Formats: sequence, structure tokens, C-alpha cells
Amino acid sequence: MRVVENLNHALHEVLAADPRAFLLGEDLLDPYGGAFKATRGLSTRFPAQVVTTPISESAITGVGAGLALCGDTAIVEIMFSDFVTLAFDQIVNFAAKSVSMYGSRVPMRLIVRLPTGGGRGYGPTHSQSLQKHFIGVPGLDVYEMSPLHDNRAVFAEMIAAERPCVFFEDKILYTKRMHEVDDLFTWDLTGGLARVHVDTPPDCVIIAPGGVTHRALAAMRRLLLEQEIVCTLLVPSRLHPLDAAPLVAVAREARSVVVAEESTAGGTWGAEVAHALHRELWGVLRNPVALAHSADSIIPTASHLERAVLLTETTIYDTVLESLK
Amino acid sequence: MTTDLDRLLLIRHFERALLDLFAKGELNGTTHTCLGQEIVPVALAPLLGPRDHVFSNHRGHGHYLARFDDPAGLLAEIMGREGAVCDGVGGSQHILREGYLSTGVQGESLPVAAGAALHLRGSGALACAYIGDGTWGEGAVYEALNLAALWSLPLLVVVEHNGIAQTTPTSLAMAGDIGARCAAFGVRHAALPADDVLEIRDRLAPLIASVRDGAPLVVEFAVNRLGPHSKGDDTRSGVADLRDWYREMVGVPGFADADARARDRVESVVRDVKARPPSTWGQDSADPRLLHGAKP
Ligand SMILES: Cc1ncc(C[n+]2csc(CCOP(=O)(O)OP(=O)(O)O)c2C)c(N)n1
Ligand SMILES: [Mg+2]
Repeated sequence: MRVVENLNHALHEVLAADPRAFLLGEDLLDPYGGAFKATRGLSTRFPAQVVTTPISESAITGVGAGLALCGDTAIVEIMFSDFVTLAFDQIVNFAAKSVSMYGSRVPMRLIVRLPTGGGRGYGPTHSQSLQKHFIGVPGLDVYEMSPLHDNRAVFAEMIAAERPCVFFEDKILYTKRMHEVDDLFTWDLTGGLARVHVDTPPDCVIIAPGGVTHRALAAMRRLLLEQEIVCTLLVPSRLHPLDAAPLVAVAREARSVVVAEESTAGGTWGAEVAHALHRELWGVLRNPVALAHSADSIIPTASHLERAVLLTETTIYDTVLESLK
Repeated sequence: MTTDLDRLLLIRHFERALLDLFAKGELNGTTHTCLGQEIVPVALAPLLGPRDHVFSNHRGHGHYLARFDDPAGLLAEIMGREGAVCDGVGGSQHILREGYLSTGVQGESLPVAAGAALHLRGSGALACAYIGDGTWGEGAVYEALNLAALWSLPLLVVVEHNGIAQTTPTSLAMAGDIGARCAAFGVRHAALPADDVLEIRDRLAPLIASVRDGAPLVVEFAVNRLGPHSKGDDTRSGVADLRDWYREMVGVPGFADADARARDRVESVVRDVKARPPSTWGQDSADPRLLHGAKP
């Protein structure tokens, strides 16, 4: 099953389970079913719960927050995550604040879905990975879609938490298959953490959000076959707040740790993860945690220029080699 | 001498060539063609001067080609080849050249155009921003209109109302109408059909002259989007029956010759640009902006 189908099933389940669950966004009615087809079939099956909206990212996110405030479940799709900047106020200053700024806890079931990332030649305003701007907002959970995490479970978790969430979906994943991992490796899932590994203790632990899974696996394969370097990949579903304990447990045994993400340089999620690991493992780690990310650059449109800027398999491969020197 | 018809046909054949290149897998990314909407920028072209600023949007190829006779530079930009207007960095919807700027985020340009208009106020030049009907969903549009009226800005907003935004018909996205929204701000509004270049100019010339004196104006053109939103994503039926200036002009004397000329020109531009090497970003291929993890 493709990741987009799994996501689509998850959305079907949410709307089927609760007639007071709503889905709002631009161009998500059938037969189009959304710019990336994640919402296909939903408007036909749940016409009263699926709302197509004007091009009004701020307002529709606010409407989602209003529904959530009244006890409904609201899922808002922003067509490209780049445009979530328009909804930043509603997410950061309203939804995330409302959970706690009135003295007592206000439950809010609001999920903002964010098709994300580059590699498709959509250009500088349609290719960004803006996760880092949402890291460390009190009251806001940051999740990322992954081919190793069943979206049905992830959505159930986000809804049960009753806290506003942003859910980043790397667009590259939509057409990839769920749970497909190179034969060289085995994988398992504990809590929200997926682990891909071989049977020997790793030289390097790679920590990456879901969108980077395939690039990390490709790098791991080459490192194993070409360099006999053994890596373990850890993919958390929730990026923030981060449950560092299971990462620490695995990282403790390795010679190096690399955090890989598509974000451009500066103020990255990886820096936050590195800090958490340094605090726990200072004096144990042989090397500082290394960061792999995209360049400090806008994301160009032309594919040869885009490739030069974005995090690739090779960026991860090189960073792992460097981290073990 | 380039006639209006030449310009219209250049844009038509340019856009067709793009869809063709996409279909053949020779274009990467995405593109939004202005098929059916060519008349608007062609009619406006001589009413705008070199000191006027133009803000274009995602559907901007016609806006660009009506201002600059440069199909090769634009195609190179879209294909990421040498000679690209912006080195292939911006692509189809992010172009900057001599008072012309486009960006792909809906509604973003209007406050910026108001800022440019504030800069230009009193100089006789104006800022012109193209937006679609769907973009009236964005709050920034209204904040900008308010400022334009309040501050007497030389701002010309050109609305290409094609009745649809991606797949959403205007009826599902807009309560009331654009004219009434403008009236609420005391901003002048003119609604025009987009079928006759000369008539559009006659109507608009005096109105645009007063924009230059600080009376903002919204001009709303009724147009048909004859192509898909981007590529192969049209969910509408009956598109073939929409009115098309091209079809209506086929019998006009001189049309066939002009059509063949434009087609040939675009074909040779496509051949030329396809044969070019990839664009380079900046002078130096070791541009520090391209290095992973480089310090700023
Ligand atoms: C802020 C923002 N939201 C969504 C989009 C995605 N998008 C690109 S074009 C478009 C439709 C625009 O409709 P309209 O303004 O009517 O212009 P048209 O495409 O019809 O020319 C949408 C939703 C965007 N580019 N920017
Ligand atoms: Mg439109």
C-alpha cells in the first residue's frame, strides 16, 4: 500500500468514527480529492464533514481551532506547508496558547496537515521544510509522516492527546510504499519510534524524521556494502516534544550519531536533538552529534540546482563517514 | 513591427509548447499556463510604462511576455537552462526583472505592490498587481485595498476572473462579489470583458491615468481558463465549448500568417533552449549558498 493510501485510510477512519470530526482545506472535494490526493473519496463519503474552503489559510486554521474549542475534531489541510506561515498566528498564538493560557487545560483536537518538502521542482515557495519553526512552541505537538508508522495509529494518538498538532507530510512519501525496507535490514516499532537495523551493534546511529527514511536507508546500504559501516536508523513519529530516552539508549552504544533532516541550515530540529543527546551522553559519546541537512539556501526550481541544495542520500553518507573519523 | 496579434499568438503558442513539453516529460516541476487569458496583459501593455512596477502571480507567462519580448529567457527559466531570466532559481512563478516581479504565494504581492505604490506616489508611475478571483480569499488583499484607499496610492489591481481557483468554482469560494468589496473600501472598480484589445484600452486609458494621480483602481476582467490549472489536472467538463479568441479569429485576414509566424518562432525558441546547457546560479559554481551546512 502506498503511503498516500494509508493516510487516506487514516482520514477515512477519523471521519467515520466521529460525526463531529471535520476536514477543511482547499480543493479537497472529489473528483479532484486534494492537490496530493490524500483526501480522495472523503467528500463523497462524508459530505457533511468535509469542507472545501476559499484560499484563506489563516481563517481556515482559525475555524479549525474554533471547532476544536467547541469539542469537535478538526483536521485542516494546508495545500503546501509553505503557506502555513499564513496560519502561524492561529497555530502559535491561538491554538497552542489556548490549551493552557486560561489557567486550566483546554483540550483541543486540531491537526494541521502540511504537505512538505522539495525534490519535485516546485520552486522556492512550494518546497520548504518548515518543521523547525514549530519546535519548542509550548502546547504544540509536531509530528511527521513516515513510511514506517501506520497513519491510522498516528492520527489516533494525535487525537487522543487533545493538543493541537502540526503534521508534516513529505510529499516525496506519498507515492512510496508503506513498510518497505531494504532486505539488508530488519525493522521494528516501539512506541512511536521506528528502528531499522542489522544484527550487529551499529557504528553510527542515524536519527531522522519520516520524510528522510528512504534517503537514510539508501545511505545505510551504501555504507554497509562499500565501507562495512553498520548504521541503525531511528525514526520518531513525534518530533516535538521529543522522547529522548529511547534515542539515548541506542546512541549510547554507537561510535557516532547523525541527525538528518531536509530543513535548511540554522536553528534545526537536529540541533535540538543533538543538544538533548549531548546532555544525556556527555563524556560517553566519542564525537559530537553530527547534523546533516539542506544548505543554507532557498530551494531553487531547476532540478540540477535543487539537488545541489537539498539533503540527499550522499549528504547523509558523507556526514556519517565524517562523524566516524 | 510587433502587433497585438503577434503578442497574443506568441503567448498562445508559448503556453501550448509548455504543455507539450510537459506531456513529453521534458519539463520538471509545475507550470500554470494562461491559455484563454492572453488578451488581458496584451491590452494593458502599452498602458504601462517602464517606470511602472508589475507584480505577477503563478499564472504569469503572459504578463511577462507582454512586457518583455523574451520567450527564450522565460523558457530557459522554466527549463533551468543557460540564459534563464533568474538563473533557473525562481522558475515559472518566481521571476524578477526590471520592475517586474512574480511570486507563487497567493495574496502576498498586494501589500508589497501597495508599498511600491507608496514609493512611487507623486512620481506619475504606478504599481500594477495581477491576481485571480480565488486570491480574494486571502486577508492580505483587503488590508492592502484599505491602505491603498486610505493613502491614495497609485495602485492598479488587475483581476483575471476566470470563475475558478484550481478546481474550486468561485461560487464555492466567494460570498458577494468583487465590485461590492471594492465599494466597501471606496476603491474604484471597473468590470470589463476580455475580448477586444482596443476597446479595453479605450476604456482603461483615462482610468489608469487617474491611478497615476493616486486614485487606486481594481479592474476585473471576465476571462476563460482554457487549460488545466497546472498540468493535466482539469476536472471541468465543457472546457472545449468556452469562448476562445483564437478560434474566433481564425478567419480574420492575416491571421493564418501571423499564427504560422508565432508558431515557428516558438518552435525555434524551444529548439534553441532545449539545446542549451543547464543554468548556473550566480557567477561562481562554488557559490557558498550551494554548500551544505555552509555558514552564511
Ligand atoms: C497562499 C496560497 N495558497 C494556496 C496556493 C495554491 N494555489 C496556487 S494557484 C491557486 C488558485 C488560484 O486561483 P485564482 O486566484 O483564481 O487564480 P487562477 O489560478 O484562476 O488564475 C491555488 C489554490 C498558493 N499558491 N498560495
Ligand atoms: Mg481564478
